[in-house]
Amino acid sequence: MKQIINIAAKEFKDYFISPIAYIVISIFLVVTGWFFFSTFFLFDTADMRNFFSMLPIIFSFVIPAVTMRLFSEEMNIGSYEILLTMPVSFTDIAVGKFLAATIFSACMLFPTLSYPIFISFIGEVDPGPVIGGYIGSILLSGAFCAVGIFASSLTRNQIVAFIIGSAICFTLTILDQLLFFVPSSITEIIAFLGADAHFQSISKGIIDSRDILYFLSVIFIGLFGTYIVMQERN
Amino acid sequence: MIEVKNLTKYYNNFCAVDGINLEIKKGEILGLLGPNGAGKTTTLRMLTGFFKPTAGDIMVKGISISDNTLGVKELMGYLPESAPLYHNMLVYDYLCYVAKIRGITGEKIDSRLKELSELCGLSNIMHQSINELSKGLKQRVGLAHAMMNDPEILILDEPTSGLDPNQIAEIREIIKRIGKEKTIIFSTHILSEAEATCDRIVIINKGKIVADDSTQKLKNYAASGDSLFFSLYNLNGDNSFADEVLKNLRNVGSNIEIVKKEPLEKGLVSFEIHTNSHDSKYSGDSGSFIKDLRKEIYLKIKETDWIIAEFKRESKTLESIFHELTKGN
Repeated sequence: MKQIINIAAKEFKDYFISPIAYIVISIFLVVTGWFFFSTFFLFDTADMRNFFSMLPIIFSFVIPAVTMRLFSEEMNIGSYEILLTMPVSFTDIAVGKFLAATIFSACMLFPTLSYPIFISFIGEVDPGPVIGGYIGSILLSGAFCAVGIFASSLTRNQIVAFIIGSAICFTLTILDQLLFFVPSSITEIIAFLGADAHFQSISKGIIDSRDILYFLSVIFIGLFGTYIVMQERN
Repeated sequence: MIEVKNLTKYYNNFCAVDGINLEIKKGEILGLLGPNGAGKTTTLRMLTGFFKPTAGDIMVKGISISDNTLGVKELMGYLPESAPLYHNMLVYDYLCYVAKIRGITGEKIDSRLKELSELCGLSNIMHQSINELSKGLKQRVGLAHAMMNDPEILILDEPTSGLDPNQIAEIREIIKRIGKEKTIIFSTHILSEAEATCDRIVIINKGKIVADDSTQKLKNYAASGDSLFFSLYNLNGDNSFADEVLKNLRNVGSNIEIVKKEPLEKGLVSFEIHTNSHDSKYSGDSGSFIKDLRKEIYLKIKETDWIIAEFKRESKTLESIFHELTKGN
């Protein structure tokens, strides 16, 4: 447990040493801010549904950009060897890096808390969907971080890691919209695999154990995949 | 301390390390020598637990590395080849991170960092970013990293490669200083380095151990391949006495061979004597033969009217053993 915290703390600090953190956060805020407020006044409702509805798509590209360096960079510069010869287990490494990325994503979301505050000046905000939305966003970013870390563990090339990560995250996001391509007998299973429906359900303010279980499962599968890749590599 | 049993590593179908057996005692400085691609780095990586061996096992202080990898990692400090450190961190931050991972806590971190910065000469660069450091400085940070928890075993992969002569001397000095208390295994392809720092030398070639002995014994073995070279002339400038010399000196020692050589100067006759007992295959024990022959040869020549123009011993070094054992590569 202590090693997980050590690794997570180091990786988290690393984000802010390099300019990547500031660039990613800025791009995220500009994109979400613009999409949200460009249509906000048209709907004339004081809620954040619009913001949360596009979050999965934006996260599909932003989160893999956050996680792409976590393993690829280490393997590329060779520090992976240093990391693995220190007394840390594969689980410590995978979970530590995952926590760092998820906490970083939470930091990225933090400035958007100003949106509900601004909106509350204009009209009455229902706190349920906002709180649910933020809980959902953290779970979603965690799931995508786990997927991104898995992608990063596959290759030493950060760009390849980003593309693989985005492809998986994006597929999970749009899976609900692809249902008419699959035989009707398995539509229900495929629908359950899509991340968007689970996220939208939480962001309505309904905290359903099925949705939470879904995100936790994706996190587990992503990290377990990373663990297996690391084990195969040595 | 460390017992390596039948260690084997395959990369797909390529056999990088082929059944190595090795026993390393506490306090030994062991040099792992071999040409490029001989399997040095692979062996060290398996010793540190970075690679899993395809077959065989490594026991460190009675702990098997396959059973308890973490336990073994705790006993070891490792400096990989060319010290691939996190390049965007400050030296101080990096060493703090390593200290924490190595289980050093609180105020002990600072005191340990102070000790290491003195030992490795880092005090001036503590607040520089690692990517600004020269290769030699990086290597020193890597050494500090490896020694962080005062490990009993230190494994260094080509610690002096790519450094300038001053830096090489410094690193060697550090290795010697810490080698008084620790078990050190390092790989190199610079022979003089192994000769100068190691107690014991293991030469590997194509994944197999071809020589494993104390540095002194290997040097003696090399010396048994020494030869004597001498040039003679006689006063009347007539060089037809060469055959007479060959005949006369044939019996100065047992098992020797004397051959006529191309003279270096006009008017001289040159000869070389070397022993036949220098096996081309290293067997482990041999002495120096040629040394004592100098007296015999001198006395023989003194009986005649030949004049010695040159008389020198050409010694073989570890270099030549290395060459002999790893040729045909």
